[in-house]
Amino acid sequence: MKKRSPMKKNSKKSIWVFGDYRNYYQNRVTLQLIARAVALAKVIDAEVCALIFGYEIDEWIMEYTAHGADRILAIDDPELQSYSTERYLAIIERLAGERDPEIILIGATDFGREFAPRLAKRLKTGLSADCVGLDITDDGLLLQIAPSFGGNMLAEIVTERHRPQMATVRPGTFKEIPHDNQRKAVVERLPLMKNLPKPRVRLIEYERSVEKEHTIENASVIVCGGRGMGNKEKFKKLQELARLLGGDVGATRPVVYAGWADHDVLVGQAGKHIKPKLLFSFGISGAIQHTAGLGEANFIIAINKNPQATMLKMADVAIVGDASDVLNHLIRELKKRIRE
Amino acid sequence: MVTELPWDEKTGTLRRDLAAGMMNPACKHALEAALQIKEHHPANITVMTMGPPAAEEVLREALALGADKAVLVCDRLLAGSDTFATSLILKEAIKKKCPKFDLILCGAYTADSETAQVGPQLAEELDLPAAAYVEKLEIFRKTLRVRRLVDNFRETLEMEFPALVTISMENYKPRYTGLAGLESAFDKNDVVILDAKALGLTAASIEKKGSRTKVRKVFLRKTQKGNVLLQGAASAVVTEFLDKYQRKIGTVIGKSIEEKKSDEKK
Repeated sequence: MKKRSPMKKNSKKSIWVFGDYRNYYQNRVTLQLIARAVALAKVIDAEVCALIFGYEIDEWIMEYTAHGADRILAIDDPELQSYSTERYLAIIERLAGERDPEIILIGATDFGREFAPRLAKRLKTGLSADCVGLDITDDGLLLQIAPSFGGNMLAEIVTERHRPQMATVRPGTFKEIPHDNQRKAVVERLPLMKNLPKPRVRLIEYERSVEKEHTIENASVIVCGGRGMGNKEKFKKLQELARLLGGDVGATRPVVYAGWADHDVLVGQAGKHIKPKLLFSFGISGAIQHTAGLGEANFIIAINKNPQATMLKMADVAIVGDASDVLNHLIRELKKRIRE
Repeated sequence: MVTELPWDEKTGTLRRDLAAGMMNPACKHALEAALQIKEHHPANITVMTMGPPAAEEVLREALALGADKAVLVCDRLLAGSDTFATSLILKEAIKKKCPKFDLILCGAYTADSETAQVGPQLAEELDLPAAAYVEKLEIFRKTLRVRRLVDNFRETLEMEFPALVTISMENYKPRYTGLAGLESAFDKNDVVILDAKALGLTAASIEKKGSRTKVRKVFLRKTQKGNVLLQGAASAVVTEFLDKYQRKIGTVIGKSIEEKKSDEKK
């Protein structure tokens, strides 16, 4: 990396937001980051610059403009038709070297969480992961609030001496600015740089996975079960409650390992992070590996026969009792009461 | 539960020396992937971790499961490293102890702060082709083919060795550690321990090349939970619960569940 001058004249500070448009309609994290960047930019007197690399990307240029970006750096080239970590790394390394962004924000999608660490390493700077808050400190640094130890604690992290300051941010953390067609941005259309290194990872094939379009990550009601359900048959009844409530079933790791549920409904640190409006938790003790995935649950009803269970302490409503018993009564009672 | 975690209040970092020596679940999957490769190809597995002396247990567990060699990077000077520093230190250890590797496998997540950053950053340090969240590996001579699911896209990627992958928890379910194997692994004295000096790192060079981020504060996540406790017979508890929260639940599910005797049926 070349030496950077700490005080670059005649150029406004810039907050870059990486345009992760691949699941634009399902995942609005880029727009959410633009919105947050707009607020942060006011504090440190910066502009908000969205990066878009791809092929036939005019739609995203218009969208990011309408949602608040001041500047767009766009590279539109058939060679960028599919996402490529290596290409994006090489491109941003060049652009950052030329333009010295103060901050780079990247959505904590699967892609972002693989890409951002490598970019930070290449730019020889710090990065915090999966932030749930961003602010500016009194000394003008980007305050990165990130979950720590499985999400039960939060850490305030800063990158004091190195630039850019970088963070990946959990989708859903911030609210996007409403779409405004009148908004204008400076759009810089750049050519794809010549002599970029040839990618060493070859994409052989890819397809959008249809079966996973609906995941429990965006369900508004989730019925989660743990080993306290007793056995597979009893566990399966959670499905009935989920159906009645228009929700999905989630599971803890022991349950997935026991074969009572599929891995793609595993909730927790190694599985899905959920944000339902209502979470029912049946027979779950509340091990950190599980509760790490519940950070965004709005209202929790937990049922456990052990009054000391952590899960009961985390709940808005804690019901002490046999999980399967309570489930059966709840299903019966709901069937009586529900009117469309 | 949370308050019992061994945090160092001064530095805001996890006291790894006090946290139980237990292998990250995702790393167990990565080890399983390595063991399966070894079943079909001539291979030599080195397991490596950075941590307190107690982390040796984790390495012994890996040896018991079938790893051939173990390296523990352990030095107080390295405590509190962020992922930037950790990946640099691991690179030095790899260059020292197994420079002729073909493949590096990492867990796609870690149990403490789950940053998942060390693997990708290590790939940068070693200048390797890499892929994260890998569910399935196949080897064809000099080529590694991997399958993965990222952001709803099912991808097949290929790269040449040497390479680095991080392994998801989708496949490669870890095998059981036999007790006998564990004991014999504890008898063997084959965990190589490297300190900062062995890696050519000094306090000054760590300060200069090490952590980029600084934790200024760590605090408990605020929860404003009402924590209403209900207990008694299941039927009574369920009725009490539904009566109390019928409005809230009804709003979320978009259906009324308010009990009206006169209007039982639609």
